[in-house]
Amino acid sequence: MPNDSREIILEARELTREFDGVKALDRFSFQLHRGEVLGLLGANGAGKTTAMNCLLGLTLPTGGDLFAFGLPLHQHRIAILQRANFSSAYTALPGNLLVGQNLLVFAKIYGVRNPKQKIAELMELLEISHLANRVTGQLSAGESTRVNLVKAFLNDPELLMLDEPTASLDPDIADKVRKVVRKVQRERNIGILYTSHNMRDIEEVCDRVIFLHKGKIVCEGTPTELLARSSTNSLEEVFIQIARDGEIIDEPEKESQP
Amino acid sequence: MNLHTISALVLRYLFLYTRTPMRMVELVFWPVVDLVVWGNVTVFIQKNTNPEFGSYVLFFLGGMILWDIMFRAQQGVAISFLEDVWTRNLLNVFVAPVRTIEYVSATFIVGLLRIAVTAVVLSLISWFGYSFNVFQLSWWLIPFFLNLMLFGWSLGMISTALILRWGQAAESLAWAIPFFFQPVVAVFYNVDDMPAWSQPIAWCFPPTYIFEGMREVMKTGGMHWSYLWYSAALNMVFMVLAGWLFLWILNQTRKRGLLTKFATQ
Repeated sequence: MPNDSREIILEARELTREFDGVKALDRFSFQLHRGEVLGLLGANGAGKTTAMNCLLGLTLPTGGDLFAFGLPLHQHRIAILQRANFSSAYTALPGNLLVGQNLLVFAKIYGVRNPKQKIAELMELLEISHLANRVTGQLSAGESTRVNLVKAFLNDPELLMLDEPTASLDPDIADKVRKVVRKVQRERNIGILYTSHNMRDIEEVCDRVIFLHKGKIVCEGTPTELLARSSTNSLEEVFIQIARDGEIIDEPEKESQP
Repeated sequence: MNLHTISALVLRYLFLYTRTPMRMVELVFWPVVDLVVWGNVTVFIQKNTNPEFGSYVLFFLGGMILWDIMFRAQQGVAISFLEDVWTRNLLNVFVAPVRTIEYVSATFIVGLLRIAVTAVVLSLISWFGYSFNVFQLSWWLIPFFLNLMLFGWSLGMISTALILRWGQAAESLAWAIPFFFQPVVAVFYNVDDMPAWSQPIAWCFPPTYIFEGMREVMKTGGMHWSYLWYSAALNMVFMVLAGWLFLWILNQTRKRGLLTKFATQ
């Protein structure tokens, strides 16, 4: 991994989480720098969600340490969450409220100044201004994802955790979501931890990638580096290789190179 | 504790109640049904017994109204939590900068608002429909309401803790838990009339003192202060125990990684 002089905003040291004797995470360590998008990849059950839940404080690790902005996560959870945000394809804002009402509540929870103006700006950015008075539960998957992203950007987070933000989106909407995430991330220098099963996401959005297999890191690097190391032609095939074999099968010619 | 966070959470519940008229119906419908049934029973007994006994049966209405105050306070806490579970919003709340005490305080306030709505509706119906003026309890009403509300909040925290531990499968506890206590807290009868073995149990719970006090006030216009002190002291004990149970189970839920299940159930 190349040296990165940027501030470390999220760090896991030897993070371990066991469930009934089975290690969902096994001494998992990584660092996320300010302004970096780090992809967390792996097959179902690889440990991504457990890692994300530990990082969000929803699940307590059985071993190891977690730090955000240099502070131990467990002891400074509220201060850290004030500077962070989260969006997942698998959580929803209350379906029976209007979109504008839901966003206003979260803007107030995060103590956003001029919440209505902030919400209007973000909704315009994500091209969903017309949804403000719609019932949240009646939105399409694409609309719902973008509303969740507005919620995630409300407090101008320095650290953002996105759990499969493009899951169940059509290619057009997924492309729009990727572009917006990248635009906002660059403009505001946000550090993003990004999980996805969509390799197009990873190639377009992530600066660096960590592959998890059975709770352990099996390889990491930039998407280009991983492709160069592999005998395959696409990141998707790298994913399949790791899911099946637990490692990247290096390309023979590359192995023989000094 | 951040008041802005609490007010934001309360705002969410207010949006919910104003957006969903059925919630308001639920808030008013069942208490009114209870009141009408007990009111009619009271009128029936008054007409068919001697006048002295007839005046006693008004205790039923007083007991019913005060019971509903406690029940609504408990529901305010437990149902507010369940609203977050039903709408899969719990994860959003738990990953936001919301302290547990802020979340619980917001549900207490929702409980208070539910009590206010229920109390006004029931007071009006009992006055116009059955000539029962709840204000005959005069200023005693204030400590009665406060004590019953505190116990309702404690039960709400216990209900929520159990739902956290056992998941949505246990959500019927949100409605059932107050009724575990109803037979022993002397809502509609005197403690002296209960079986001897159950009387010491009855005096372990704060509402018993309130319901006994209510009957005494309705009979004599006053009551022993000791009832209020015992009730308040026991309420403090129950609040501490319920708060501890809630925090302990929440911590266990985090340790066991069960919290995230609420997001996907």
